[in-house]
Formats: sequence, C-alpha cells, structure tokens
Amino acid sequence: MMWDLVRELESLRREMERAFENFGADFGIHPWFRTAFLPGRAARAYPMLNISEDRDAVYVEALAPGLDTETLEISVLNNRLRIAGEKQALSKDIKPEAFHRSERSAGRFVRTIDLPTEVDAEKVTAEYKNGMLLITLPKAEAAKPKQITVKVA
Amino acid sequence: MKETTTVPVKAEKQVPETREETRTLTPPVDIFEIDDGLAVVVDLPGVDKSGVDIRVENNILTIKGTVDHKTAGDPVYKEFELLNYYRQFQLGEKVDQNKIHAEMKGGVLTIYLPKVEEAKPKKISVKVS
Repeated sequence: MMWDLVRELESLRREMERAFENFGADFGIHPWFRTAFLPGRAARAYPMLNISEDRDAVYVEALAPGLDTETLEISVLNNRLRIAGEKQALSKDIKPEAFHRSERSAGRFVRTIDLPTEVDAEKVTAEYKNGMLLITLPKAEAAKPKQITVKVA
Repeated sequence: MKETTTVPVKAEKQVPETREETRTLTPPVDIFEIDDGLAVVVDLPGVDKSGVDIRVENNILTIKGTVDHKTAGDPVYKEFELLNYYRQFQLGEKVDQNKIHAEMKGGVLTIYLPKVEEAKPKKISVKVS
C-alpha cells in the first residue's frame, strides 16, 4: 500500500517535470537558451539525452562535454540506465575576480532513465567522442520484432 | 528644384558579419583573465577539432563550431537538438592575432588570446626619495 503511494507520487513528479520541460518550445526557444541564464543549473537533469532505436538496439546519446572519463560509471539494472560521472571544473588557481563570464557548470552528476524496451545488459557498449557519450544497448532477444509468415491454405 | 545631397557610404565593410543565416546554438562560455591576456573556454559537444573556426576581426571574436555527428536508428525521445554553434564577443583590449592559439579536448574548446605589448599593463616603479 505504502509502496503504491510512493510510486504514484514519483510518477506524478515525473509527469510535472515533463510538462515543464516542454514549456517554451512553442515559442521556438531552444532549451539551452532558456536555461543558460537561469539560476540553479545543477538542479536540472544532466546530461541531456536523446534516445533512438532500430531493430537490434537502443541508442542513448548524452551531451556531456569535458567529462573526466575516469569517473564515468554506466550501469543497467532492471531496464534502467544509470549514468554517473564528473564534469571537470576549471583550475582552482584562477581567482574569482579574473572572471568575465562563467556560464559553464561543472561537478558530479547522476542520471537514471527507463529504457523503452528490454535490453541485454551484458552487451552494452559505450563510447566517449567529442564531448558526447554514445551508449549502444542491444535489445534482448524477447524484445526484437519477429517476422510472422502467413501460410496460404 | 532642390539639390539632392548624398551621404557618402563606405564600400568596405567595417564590422564583420554578426548574424548567421541558419539556426545555431549559443554555447556556454567561461572567460577569464590570464597573465598575458584572456582565456575563453567553450563547451562544444559534438564538434570535432576540424569543425572549429575561430577568428578575430576588428576586435570581434567569432567562434563557429560545425557539428559532425550522425544518430543511429529512429528517434524515440529527444531532449536536445544538435545544431552548429555560433557566438561572438566584442574584445576590449587589442589582441595579438599572431599569438592566438586554441586547443580542443572532449568537446571543450580553450582559446588563448594574448594582448599586444602596448595593451599589457606596465609596471611603474615608484622611486622613494
């Protein structure tokens, strides 16, 4: 009973997040424009993700420049993908008064997402290229589309 | 009949282009002073080293990034759009164009803009008599 309530609240929260995520899209404002100058950057979902799929696999792309690849942790459990890592901060030697602009955020992040289909957690591969994290998650055999032949009597 | 006066228009373009025709993204930047000039750090995810174009004309710094990325499969869920990057800055001090250098690592571009000798702060020693 208690569990259900928690689940309900969680789904409601996500529903609201989704509603606000699209806010501003109608005016042709790109999410980056809207958020770049807003406070509380760290509270947003980071990194931003795109998900695509074909017959054999699900592909997750994350926009994450300047990652410290040593700290990167990617895991799949119960069809949920978890990405954790750290974006390198600038050298601590730079004095605060030397800054003219400071728009890039840095620090640790964790993000978890539900995958659209069942995947084979054993065969997941990831690549970090030009500041983008590309994760390939092969679909589980059970989730692949099956061709059904029609017998003509 | 009234004599028409024409305003002389300079044929040469004084200011470089400040608009791009296509839709672009504005990348977030950090700009800070270093010993001999300025450092500009730009987040350009999805841009390869060869896709970066940096120039300084008439004290305007232009940063362009061409995205080189192909997405596999059909989109299911989308949070970001990969477009080319474009951003310009008006520079205050004179920058030594020959000494500009930049490096690219993991989608982060760092540009060093050294000041010309005359724009550097001069240390004046005070003689105490």
